[in-house]
Amino acid sequence: MDQQLSYLGVPLTRPKVAFFDFTSCEGCQLQILNNEATLLDFLNLVEIVNFREGMSEKSDNYDIAFIEGSISRPDEIKRLEAIRHNAKIVVALGSCACFGGVNQLKNRFNDLNWVKKEVYGDFPIETIEVHPLEKYVQVDLKIYGCPIKKEEVEKIVTNLVVGKSITSPEYPVCMECKANENICLFELGEPCLGPVTRAGCDAWCTNNRRGCWGCRGPADVANVRQLEEIMHKYGFSNETMLDRLECFGGFASLTKEIKKTKKPAAKRKK
Amino acid sequence: MIFKVFPKKKLSLLYELLAVNTMVGPTLKGKDRNGKSLYDFDVLYTFDDLALDYTATIHSAKRFVLPYHEKLSSFDINKTDWKKHVDINVYKPLVFFGMHPCDINALNKLDMVLAGNVYPNPYYIGKRKNIFIVGLDCSPEPQCFCHSMGTDSALHGFDMFLTDLGDKYFVEVLSATAFDFLSQIKSKEPSKKDHQHYKQVNALKNKNFATNVETNDLTKILDLEFDAKAWDQWGDKCLSCGTCSNVCPTCYCYGVEENIDLDLKNANKIRSLHSCNLLDFAKVSGGHNFRPEKSTRLKYRYYHKHRGFVEAFEESLCVGCGRCGQACLADITPPEVIASVRGKE
Repeated sequence: MDQQLSYLGVPLTRPKVAFFDFTSCEGCQLQILNNEATLLDFLNLVEIVNFREGMSEKSDNYDIAFIEGSISRPDEIKRLEAIRHNAKIVVALGSCACFGGVNQLKNRFNDLNWVKKEVYGDFPIETIEVHPLEKYVQVDLKIYGCPIKKEEVEKIVTNLVVGKSITSPEYPVCMECKANENICLFELGEPCLGPVTRAGCDAWCTNNRRGCWGCRGPADVANVRQLEEIMHKYGFSNETMLDRLECFGGFASLTKEIKKTKKPAAKRKK
Repeated sequence: MIFKVFPKKKLSLLYELLAVNTMVGPTLKGKDRNGKSLYDFDVLYTFDDLALDYTATIHSAKRFVLPYHEKLSSFDINKTDWKKHVDINVYKPLVFFGMHPCDINALNKLDMVLAGNVYPNPYYIGKRKNIFIVGLDCSPEPQCFCHSMGTDSALHGFDMFLTDLGDKYFVEVLSATAFDFLSQIKSKEPSKKDHQHYKQVNALKNKNFATNVETNDLTKILDLEFDAKAWDQWGDKCLSCGTCSNVCPTCYCYGVEENIDLDLKNANKIRSLHSCNLLDFAKVSGGHNFRPEKSTRLKYRYYHKHRGFVEAFEESLCVGCGRCGQACLADITPPEVIASVRGKE
């Protein structure tokens, strides 16, 4: 830890890193701690100064803030703004931080007061519509996934430290799924968002014969119109498709378009 | 060419003799939602794994010579220096048992690019030269248009080629190794009757093609129809997902990525197959993308297969196996695309 970090004789700075969470299951942070085989190497690359899930010490002196979770309460906005003020780089960690995640499903209901009543009964908590971090502050980098893939975070952090550019695949999951020689799940009778969802997960779900739910959000080309046709061809309703497209919030702008032209399939009664 | 025949029951013996090596062949992978059998090429563990009555495999045999991801080199990083290691990733010979002519021809086409070029690819050649191929005749399926592409029979690129004559196999022998193996199972010289039968089987196969692609003047038609509306219509449907290239037996385009290990002590260079239909295929340093539209990318896939390659090698890069059309969720198939570009929708 005390030794100077270097790569090919070039000294590197060990960035001060902090982890924070907002509305989430905290599973993405757990992923960071999960891979014990590489944890020590990871800890050697960065200096963690704030990580509630992993340590007791706390500091507001950090370069990079990894933030998990979405914003669902007014007080969270203030805390988020303070983190943004302290950090040089803000990284949205996981689907909640990037798109609102599973939490934003509550936005599907027309009456948020009814939601509050259903969830909290007579002990209400002040909550607002769920939004991703970038609704309130500038986000410099997004790490996709629900949960994030540790290997991807490790690659990103390594590249950050040595000064390499950081990229996410622009293409959809199908590319990785086919390279793993899986049988297309549509052929097996299961709906899948692989054709429109950003890759980078190495087709984690479809490798295990589970259709993609789009946790990484849309690929840079996400032909949702064509997906709709595919879903119909394979006998799946718009509701089935929208349930998946809306699950993590990444497709919000694209589903609006579908709902405009089609009857809203996922109408909930109050 | 030398021809032989042997009774069908001796096929398992031939398999066992070859099986001192790693065997690869068509095998049943499951059933689709309508109960149709799905096949793919894979390593075989027993003769029973082999599904010689297979219909087109979902993926081609490409990954055995051109893996989707391949480590080209690795580096030990010292304090101020590095040591490079190159491994062409060939550890043992493979026997390919039961390859249809389209897939053999696909390897022959890959050879032109990766083995016969000014800069031959050692990773490819190492694997290709260590494969023993037992070809197998087939009957055309609805999506097959190899007939149109001139790849419905294989003239070279295999060791032996089996044609099913009912109770026996008619064998074309192309290598000394194949001849030796056939001697070991006591194969015989074919009779006049066998010759007759062989010709009948092939004549019947030729009659059974349901799909045709008109390849006459296709290179010129493609140039004339560069601005055809049809490209936009197919482009609208395209998912830009790369599935067509991944299942294609002849798509070889790739990208190279260099990664540093988390401990900063090692690094590696990985080649991954890419696809011309992916958004970033023609994106260059600085961020400019020469082909930002789906229709353009799709068009250039056809231009490479049916125009550019023909001009360079006097034959198309497509073998008419129909896999891309079968795998494409948006139902984009070469026969339909080419017909529509010709204005014959």
